Formats: sequence, structure tokens, C-alpha cells
Amino acid sequence: MTVVRSRAVRQRDGEAATLARSGPAVVLRWRGAGVLVHPRTWAVGAVLAAVVAALCIVALAVGTQWLPLDDVARGLVGEAERATNLTVRRFRLPRVVVAVLVGAALGLAGALVQAVTRNPIAAPDVIGVTAGASFGAVLVLLAFGGTTFGAGGAAAELSRVGLPLGAVAGAFVAAAIVLGLGAGKGPSFATQRVVLVGIVCHAAFIGLVHWGLTRGDVDQATRAAAWLVGSLHGRGWEHVTGLAVALALLLPVALVLGRSLSALSLGEPSAATLGVRVRRTQLGVFLVAFALTGAAVAAAGPVGFIALLAPQIARRLVRAPGMPLVASALTGAAVLLAADVLARLAVPGVELPAGAVTALVGAPYLLWLVVRSEGQR
Amino acid sequence: MSVIGATGAPASEKVVPLLRGQALRLAYGPDRVVVDGLDLELPPGKVTAVIGANGSGKSTVLRALARLLRPVDGQVLLDGRDIHQMRTRDVARQLGLLPQAPVSPDGITVRDLVRRGRTPHTSLWRQWSDADEAALLAALAATDLTELADDPVDALSGGQRQRAWLALVIAQETPLLLLDEPTTFLDIAHQVDVLELVRALNRDAGRTVVMVLHDLNQACRFADHLVALRGGRIVTAGPPAAVVTTELVRTVFDLDAMIVPDPVGGTPMVVPIGRAK
Ligand SMILES: Nc1ncnc2c1ncn2[C@@H]1O[C@H](COP(=O)(O)OP(=O)(O)OP(=O)(O)O)[C@@H](O)[C@H]1O
Ligand SMILES: [Mg+2]
Repeated sequence: MTVVRSRAVRQRDGEAATLARSGPAVVLRWRGAGVLVHPRTWAVGAVLAAVVAALCIVALAVGTQWLPLDDVARGLVGEAERATNLTVRRFRLPRVVVAVLVGAALGLAGALVQAVTRNPIAAPDVIGVTAGASFGAVLVLLAFGGTTFGAGGAAAELSRVGLPLGAVAGAFVAAAIVLGLGAGKGPSFATQRVVLVGIVCHAAFIGLVHWGLTRGDVDQATRAAAWLVGSLHGRGWEHVTGLAVALALLLPVALVLGRSLSALSLGEPSAATLGVRVRRTQLGVFLVAFALTGAAVAAAGPVGFIALLAPQIARRLVRAPGMPLVASALTGAAVLLAADVLARLAVPGVELPAGAVTALVGAPYLLWLVVRSEGQR
Repeated sequence: MSVIGATGAPASEKVVPLLRGQALRLAYGPDRVVVDGLDLELPPGKVTAVIGANGSGKSTVLRALARLLRPVDGQVLLDGRDIHQMRTRDVARQLGLLPQAPVSPDGITVRDLVRRGRTPHTSLWRQWSDADEAALLAALAATDLTELADDPVDALSGGQRQRAWLALVIAQETPLLLLDEPTTFLDIAHQVDVLELVRALNRDAGRTVVMVLHDLNQACRFADHLVALRGGRIVTAGPPAAVVTTELVRTVFDLDAMIVPDPVGGTPMVVPIGRAK
């Protein structure tokens, strides 16, 4: 009836860290604390992290100019030739970092939304938040985005600074509408209503985006349209900061909320009688997910399908109960990195936007997953 | 099924908490009042059965008692304190609920389902202790699920699934248990198992149990106290032997019946004759 203490792992101050088993899970104890670990979750996490690291190296090496790996390594520390240093550190590295952060933010946001709505095809890019961010950004592009040909200067500067702000503001307006109308009055959010309201919002914002595109001149519209596909082209360190801060702040919050989320997966009544403050948890999860989405869209545009796809892939890899948050983030990073590499290689001499690749590859893959799992039922 | 409570009974066992509803008015929306002016006291340390026809408000009352439904008027008192003024987690350590139609997450195993019953006792830093493991194993054993612990809940039969959910509530180790139809989906043998388990929980760990039952004879046999509802009102409440009469059955279920002593326990047994006109 008692837990089998297997072995002392480490001795410190006479207090041993111990391992115990609980079914397939492992309990790691030290002093008063005890963490429950599903070994497979950690193994999958380690493998995914390795995949992300490998993809980072590939992404640093490939492009218009292919670099051998030792050039990449020396370029990273600034000891290669001047041109190589510049390529690696100035152009490719920030782009790779943005890809990792955007992918992770979207993967995590998708996992949170899917967990809280208990709906495998809900994600910020389905329930209006991504579309809201797009609309905000397009408004900024149209308002400041280079009034005439060649006019850089102040206007261009405004659009560079204003675009991320527009995206974040748009995401929050959409979030306010979706949560405000979808919330309901009961002791818990009407999450299915949030999804329904979100789908309507999505359609409305996409309509507004298209309307916006017809208002600008050809030059503005073309630039806005290109941005709307979602791309990592030309991303620099200025795109990293905001996103890195957002992830650093929100990932721990997400992990704390994760505990309540796993009780919430039993349904609101059970979660509430298990001590979860249901409404507060749901609101927190939505807000974290939407803020991550806003930050990601601000950096790379509305890259599609990652938020939808990454949690579904991660869940199938991890096979533990509940939505794996960290694994979803890592999967998102891996998928976006792979998409960006593919985008640069698919058509020689042409660079596709990463968002086009995630759509072209992601949509069929998602359909395949859905059809296959339906077939099993 | 083995006996529960071996793991160290609930912390507040000595003081069995008292759960009461006072002048409850319960509604789903402004013009969907289901219960009005209901006073209800659940005898501590006893097994109470709530009976009544479909739609008579049994689940609604249980939801209110479990703090899931805020009364429009009146209050639910746990040990004299308004349950809505208490912290969610404190309530969760006192009171467990088996909902009428729980939905299991996709792919979850029995063990991981039951593990979640420990949520109110664990925290981010203390995710799992020896006491948690002991409670988990005891709950699995009590519901006869030790062998099936690592099977996915999706792959169980309806009755096994019901037992898994019951195990979750048992693992929560609360002095108060609210069970909404714990015997639905169970075959007759497992119905008796569950009811005997409930009695054991009550006897050995001194837990107060409130359960909704549809089988009147089982209610008479396994409950100390009976609450009969009709249209959101209490028709009568008291020990089965005292309150079960032909009139009661007619009022509550519109059924003509004969009451005879149960040949096994001597408790009242209801033999239906036909629908009352
Ligand atoms: N979520 C809800 N919204 C609106 N009305 C509801 C809701 N839940 C229950 N009701 C209504 O409240 C009344 C009582 O329902 P309740 O579920 O409490 O009945 P019950 O006695 O548990 O019935 P059963 O034996 O079928 O489980 C019913 O008339 C029902 O229509
Ligand atoms: Mg009911």
C-alpha cells in the first residue's frame, strides 16, 4: 500500500532526493517537495529539444549562400570571415530565434486554447484573435506604411514601430469581444460559446482586413498582403525582444495554470468540486493564450496552422493525459523552423513565406490526423 | 470490495461537518425556478438517499449543496458557514461530488483519472506524497479496479467507468460525499457492491453520504435517512421505515404500490401495482 522507495539519488545536507514510482509515473522527492513526472513526457521533450536545436543549425546553414557547419559555428562566435560573421549573426541568427519563439508561442497558445475549450480544432487562429491582430496590423500599415513610393523616413519608421503595437492591440480587441460575448453568466465560461463567437469574429475581421486592403494604394496593399501570409523574412533582433519577454513571463503562468487545466479536463463540475476556481482559471488560460498570439503575430505575421497543429502532434507523441504544454511549444518551434527552411529551399532562387508552407503542409496533415482518428472510433 | 479509510481517514473526521440548505431557491435563469423554499439538513455520519421522479430537482439540489449552483435565495451552510464564502479548496477538502453524467478526457487511464481526485490535497510543490499514493491505491482496490488501473477509461464498460469515477471521489478522502446516481450503468451485483462500499465508507471512515437513487428498495435498504422530492419540494424526510408508505409512493411517483417488509433486511419494500389514476 505504500510507495516503493527505489533509490537515493543525491545526498545533500543529509537529505536524500528520492525516486518513487506511481504506476508508470515517477515521483521525484526532495525535502517537502515532490514532483510527479511522466518519463515519456520528459523523453519526448528532450527529443523535441534536440530536434529544435538541429533545425536551428540547419536554418543557420542554408539560404542563398550555403555555409559549411564549421563556418556556422565560427560565425556564431564571430571568428569567421567578415561576410560570414555578418550572414550568421546579423541576418540568420535573429531570424532563427524569431522562428523558435514564434513557433513556441503559437504552439503553447494553441495547446492552452484546445485544453480549456476541450476542442481539438480550436486555436487562436480559428477563434478570431489572430484575425483581430491582423486587422490591427493592417490598419497601421495602411495608415503609415510609406505614403508614396520611395518615401521612407518617418512614415516607414512609424510603421515599423506601430505594426507590432497594432497587432497586439487588435489581438486584445478581438479577445475582449470573444471573451465578453462568449463568457456567459454561470460559474464557468461557456467555452463552446467562446468558440462560436470566435468563429464569427474571425470571419468578420478577415472581411475587415480585405476591405482594408482595397482602401490603400497598390504599394501599401501589396506589402500588407505579403505580411498577412506570415513570414520570417528580414526579421531582426528588434522582433526578438518583445516576444522573448512575453514568453518568459507567460510560460511559467501557463505551467501553473496547467495543474488546474488537468482537473478542468474532467469537466467544470468535477473541477470545481476538486478545488479549482473554474472561471478564474479559464479566463487566465484564455488571456495567456491570446497575449502569446498577439506577440507572435506582431513578430512574424499571422502564420497559420501552427497553433492548431502543434498541440495535436505533441499530444500524440507524449501520450500522457491532458494537453502537454511544453511539448506543444517545442513542437511549434520545430514546425515553424522546418517550414522556414523548406520555404527557403522549395523553389530555387525564390523565397516563399513560411506561412505559405505551414498552410500547404499543415492543412493536409491536419486533415489526415482528423480523418485517421475519426476512423478509429 | 475491501474497506476504505485505511490510509488515514479525512483530517476533519472527528468533527463530522454538517451540511444544511436553508430556504433555498434554485433556478436556471430568471424564469426557470426549479426549487423554492427548500430546507434540508443532512444528518452527519449517516447515509441519506434522495429520491424523486425524473426532473423533480434531485441533481439541482445536489449541485447547490456542492457549491456548483449559487442559490438565488437562501444559503447552503457547511458547519454553519455559508459555503459560498468559503475558499474553493477548503470546500474541496470537505466535500466530494460524483456528477450524474461525468465525461472522461480522451485517452486517460483509470489511474490518472483517480489521481486527479487528490487535486485538493496537492500543490505545485507537493504534487504527490506517500499519502496520495496510498489513497489512490486504496480507492482503486475499493472499487475493484486495481487490475484495470492502467487501462484507458474509454476502453472500459459503462459500469467499470462509473466505478472509476467513484474511485476518484473516494480518493479525494472528504468527510462528505455527494453521489448523483452512483448505481446507474451498473449490473445488479455491482450495484450492491457500490452500495455496500458506500455503507463501508460511512461505517469505517464516518463519512456522511448523500446519494440520489432511483431504486426505492435499495434506498430503503442502504440509507439511514430518506428525502423524497416532488416538483422541487420535499414531500417527506426521515428514516425509511418511518416514511415509506403507499401514499408517499403515490405522491412522489404517481404509482400505486404495496409496501411489504423486505425479506432480507426487514426494511420497507415497494412492490408496484400500476400507474395511479
Ligand atoms: N442546465 C439547466 N438549464 C435549465 N433547466 C435545467 C437545467 N438542469 C436542469 N434543469 C431543469 O430543472 C429541473 C430539475 O432537473 P434535475 O436535473 O435537478 O432533475 P433530477 O431530479 O435530477 O432528474 P433525473 O432523475 O432525470 O436526473 C428539470 O425540470 C430540468 O428541466
Ligand atoms: Mg439527476
